[in-house]
Amino acid sequence: MYLAAWIPLAAILLYLLASPGGLSVGQALVMVLPLCLVYAFMCLSAWYSCRGAPLGNSSFQRLALTHLLAAVVISGVWVAIGKGLATLLASFDVFRGLGRNFSQALPLLFVSGVMIYLLAVAMHYVLLSVEQSQQAEKRVIEARVLARDSELKALKAQVNPHFLFNSLNSISALTSIDAGRAREMCILLADFLRKTLGLGEKTVIPLREELALVHSFLSVEKVRFGARLRVEEKIAAEALEYAVPPLLLQPLVENAVAHGISNLTEGGWIRLEVRDGENRGGDVSGPDDAVGELVIEVENNFDPEMPRRRGTGVGLANVRQRLTARYGERARFDVRTEGERFRVTLALPAEKTEGAA
Amino acid sequence: MSPEAQARLTAIVVDDEELARAVIREMLKAHPEIEILGECANGFEAVKLVSEQKPDLLFLDIQMPKLDGFEVLELIGAEIAVIFVTAYDQHALRAFDVNAVDYLLKPVASDRFEAALARAKQRLGEPVPAVAELAASAREPGHYAERLVVKDGTRVHIIPVSKLDYVEAQDDYVALASQGKKHLKQQTISSVEAALDPKNFLRIHRSCIVNLERVAKVEPYGKDSHVAILQDGVRLPVSRAGYGRLRAVLDGQGG
Repeated sequence: MYLAAWIPLAAILLYLLASPGGLSVGQALVMVLPLCLVYAFMCLSAWYSCRGAPLGNSSFQRLALTHLLAAVVISGVWVAIGKGLATLLASFDVFRGLGRNFSQALPLLFVSGVMIYLLAVAMHYVLLSVEQSQQAEKRVIEARVLARDSELKALKAQVNPHFLFNSLNSISALTSIDAGRAREMCILLADFLRKTLGLGEKTVIPLREELALVHSFLSVEKVRFGARLRVEEKIAAEALEYAVPPLLLQPLVENAVAHGISNLTEGGWIRLEVRDGENRGGDVSGPDDAVGELVIEVENNFDPEMPRRRGTGVGLANVRQRLTARYGERARFDVRTEGERFRVTLALPAEKTEGAA
Repeated sequence: MSPEAQARLTAIVVDDEELARAVIREMLKAHPEIEILGECANGFEAVKLVSEQKPDLLFLDIQMPKLDGFEVLELIGAEIAVIFVTAYDQHALRAFDVNAVDYLLKPVASDRFEAALARAKQRLGEPVPAVAELAASAREPGHYAERLVVKDGTRVHIIPVSKLDYVEAQDDYVALASQGKKHLKQQTISSVEAALDPKNFLRIHRSCIVNLERVAKVEPYGKDSHVAILQDGVRLPVSRAGYGRLRAVLDGQGG
């Protein structure tokens, strides 16, 4: 490859020596071929000077000086080798006159040598920077993958401690008021915890399982909030088997309880809607566009006068990051506040879970 | 000492969850000397009932609808022994700052409850510092008020800081000016200053804090003082030191 790059250079050199240099074509050819071969290897030394003086952190003067000096020295050595070769060849009858003719071409050869060396330097810098940028890119990708993995691990299987403590407090209250309900709530809470811990292990689950987790969560919260918590659901039956990352929906519902219902004296409502959003954007052309979309909407009312609690948005950002990490551009996440309504809409590719027909 | 000789105490329980109130109620059953005057399910109710009934003891949740526990304390301004009852442990330092008797974590253990009650009884004989003032100024470092609360008779006004134009000291009160109205509150101007984000609010005079976004221009006034003119034409005094601070902020914005 590298030597192939020298063929045009050799051709130019051949032309230079033959026409303004005054050598015959045969003479020039016999000189240029070995000279180019030798110089091809000599120019590889530019690699060291390029490494020694990286573009980024050397001044221009230093760079110019280093490389010009190296070019003069290398080209000088090269021309000396050429002179030696010419003298050697001139002792043969066939190449008589070569010595004199070549001596005339010496300055030309020297200048060409300097230029070629500088060209080699430039090439080396290009190669070095390409190599560097490739490495940097690789590092960025590696870092991103690492960050994503650890993020996913950290984001999963989080049980909100306040939810847990408040639930335990409710159980504590119920023990003397209604022991039966206390036991019932213990079981509901255990059920929720078991589901959360189990689902956290998986990468995707059928929506059906995520909804079961949401129901489990809501039945615990209903004991706490009683009539203050109202839930309205509209779930498309055909969407139940679609694959979703676990703990995607439950944090949104938990958010709705923490920032909506718990701040409303008269209580509030949560509306949960799951749609099978086929034919994205209403485009009904061809099977290529028929990638179905799973649309999930969680809406709740809230008191706009309450100051935002610390931690608001963490749960949402968490869900958004996990969606992006898994689906990239194929998922959408939209948060909207209208008066006292708060709505989160997410859309992801509708994919069946493996094993489900 | 017979139970009759013990001082009778009155208490109010504030929590938005019925079951959480039930726990306190039940634990108080063992103490016939304590009479529960009432229960409240949100901040507004609490302010109203506590102001009317003036109990000795207040069991107070922190995360509640309408007003949070600290805002309730700020508004009742009475000498009252407060026991916080909450699932959140991150407010403990702030509770200590407002001189609360105790800070109980849910679920509440009965021995912790008894200890809190004992401390409350001990505390009742002692003079109590101005709780309202403490509650207004107690903040976690780096966190500023998002809204100010004012009580006007039995009504509670909530003023988001973005709608606060300026604050003026008037004797023992401060006047909070917002949307053309002034709300009086018993608080020092220094503690209002401490609660407000210095990025948006500046003390321009011993008796005046201004919302920087409202300042239209600053003009010389008299020999070495200035006057700040707000967008709605209100003129506020600017002291020499205040002018220095104001210049620094306004020049900083320009550059």
